[in-house]
Amino acid sequence: MHMADALISPAVGGTVWAASAGLIAYCSKKVRDDVDDIKIPLMGVAGAFIFAAQMINFTIPGTGSSGHLGGAMILSILLGPYAAFLTMASILTVQALFFADGGLLALGCNIFNLGFFPCFIAYPFIYKLIAGEKPTQNRILLGATTASILGLQMGAFGVVLETLFSGISELPFGTFVLLMQPIHLAIGIVEGIVTASVVSFVWKSRPELIQKAPLASPANRISFKYVLAGFLVATVLTGGVLSWFASSHPDGLEWAVFHTTGKEELEAPGHKVYSLLEKIQEKTAFLPDYNFRTTKEVEAKEQEVVMDSGTTVSGLVGGALVLVFAAFIGFALKKRSGTGSHL
Amino acid sequence: MSRIKTAFLDLGYMDTLSNRDTPVHNLDPRAKLLTTLIFIITVISFGKHEISALVPFFIFPAAIISIGNLPFYYLFRKLLIVTPFAIMIGIFNPLIDREILMHIGSFSISGGWISFASIMLRFALTAGSVLVLIACTGFNSVCMALDKMGAPRIFAVQLLFLYRYIFVLINEASRVANARSLRSFDGKGKGIKVFSYLLGHLLLRTIDRAQRIHLAMLCRGFDGEIKIRRRLNIGTKEVLYTLTWSAFFILMRIYNVSQLAGKFLTEFFL
Repeated sequence: MHMADALISPAVGGTVWAASAGLIAYCSKKVRDDVDDIKIPLMGVAGAFIFAAQMINFTIPGTGSSGHLGGAMILSILLGPYAAFLTMASILTVQALFFADGGLLALGCNIFNLGFFPCFIAYPFIYKLIAGEKPTQNRILLGATTASILGLQMGAFGVVLETLFSGISELPFGTFVLLMQPIHLAIGIVEGIVTASVVSFVWKSRPELIQKAPLASPANRISFKYVLAGFLVATVLTGGVLSWFASSHPDGLEWAVFHTTGKEELEAPGHKVYSLLEKIQEKTAFLPDYNFRTTKEVEAKEQEVVMDSGTTVSGLVGGALVLVFAAFIGFALKKRSGTGSHL
Repeated sequence: MSRIKTAFLDLGYMDTLSNRDTPVHNLDPRAKLLTTLIFIITVISFGKHEISALVPFFIFPAAIISIGNLPFYYLFRKLLIVTPFAIMIGIFNPLIDREILMHIGSFSISGGWISFASIMLRFALTAGSVLVLIACTGFNSVCMALDKMGAPRIFAVQLLFLYRYIFVLINEASRVANARSLRSFDGKGKGIKVFSYLLGHLLLRTIDRAQRIHLAMLCRGFDGEIKIRRRLNIGTKEVLYTLTWSAFFILMRIYNVSQLAGKFLTEFFL
């Protein structure tokens, strides 16, 4: 479920990062304004709990595989959506930094997929709707299960869209959706049942913990609208700026074409004009990739096939050389720093 | 059981690594964080069929690993553990994009395999650089850097709290899991019912712990506002570090160093 830096483009990563950063800032303000300052240590410890809980597995009946607790829904129920979102963001940050699970730039996407959807969509609009003002055991069970499942589905769909817009993976939309949604439906059902059973245990032994949480931070409809609006503006702005920036080197093939033709300008002067025109067209076109992509890609591919293997070979040889060089630098520096540390 | 212990020891080991005393460790965390971010953005801004131009970027993690005296094989193993996701999504590229893009002698390679190789290179570079960052900086310093760079204070504090209590709670969870596995035979008692009781109890204890922590904080004058007192300073070293590496990344982004080196080599010898 965690997206990796390797699969996203800077434009997508940057845009979603901005959105997530905005949400973190907004939630931080909300939590700070909260009168109940016990939330601050509670968030930290609850985050650590989610981490620890993922270390305890249980066997899924009939399958022999094992599952563990997902985080966002149980946090939302206990802490309210704002604190839960911050806690999820911090958990994902630790995972990204320590386990390289996800990446620094993909962190924005991961926080959005695994935090925003469950905390701000599934919790207020599904869980609270089903559990209601005066929750009962069955309502909590049903609400927590449904909200977990749907929250995870939305998150998985977010992964699909972000990967698709990045264009690094070749997976077409339909296949990717068919791949992601059913897998996450299965995971969601298991996570939902576990979440519901843990929540209902807490409800049975300490009902005030469940009842208190929604009161402490009511989902304020008006301010939520502001947040959505602000976040839309931020998205459009960053998306616009970044994609404009990105469109001057839109994808590998186009960049490769420009690059190789740029290199071979002495042998084939016609190519320079070609690439220049292309660049002008890219700069002036409103949606640069849409109008000539197909023809261009084909042309680009043809060109690369025609391209004599000399360039490729030199690329490979050079790559190997540079790699050896990198390793050499590594060893040389290690020796130096090794002797340095003895001093 | 063993997995829990390993994960716990792992966090601890990364922390130990970050306490070393080397030129990279002593830099201000902000400089390192910013440099790593620029590195990642440059790496992923390449087109999806790029391979040769990505290779020179390995110089950055290699240099930091050696100057910071970090264990290469340990970090490499950590990287391997998380590879499956990148492989899972990337492996569809060779299946879908079968158009031949490259010939080496009589051997032809499809665009899909090239982009797959590119994804794996990107993955190694980006994920590797993050691991290297933490191993030479430490989590607490990264949180301080985030705080100083304008992240909301509450978020920085949340990260610090989380990191502090992960150790405590993982210890507790590992005792729970240990106790359960000692009492369960034939997989009995590993089902969802016992699991949810265990977790529920752990959660209740966690909430009680949070209340105790809160009381302790109140006793020490906590008024809802957290104060972080730690001086960080950006000096010439930090500026030089960030600027040199960034310039280097941008140059490697513009010029394909591998290609240039290869061209030079092949033309020189052939």
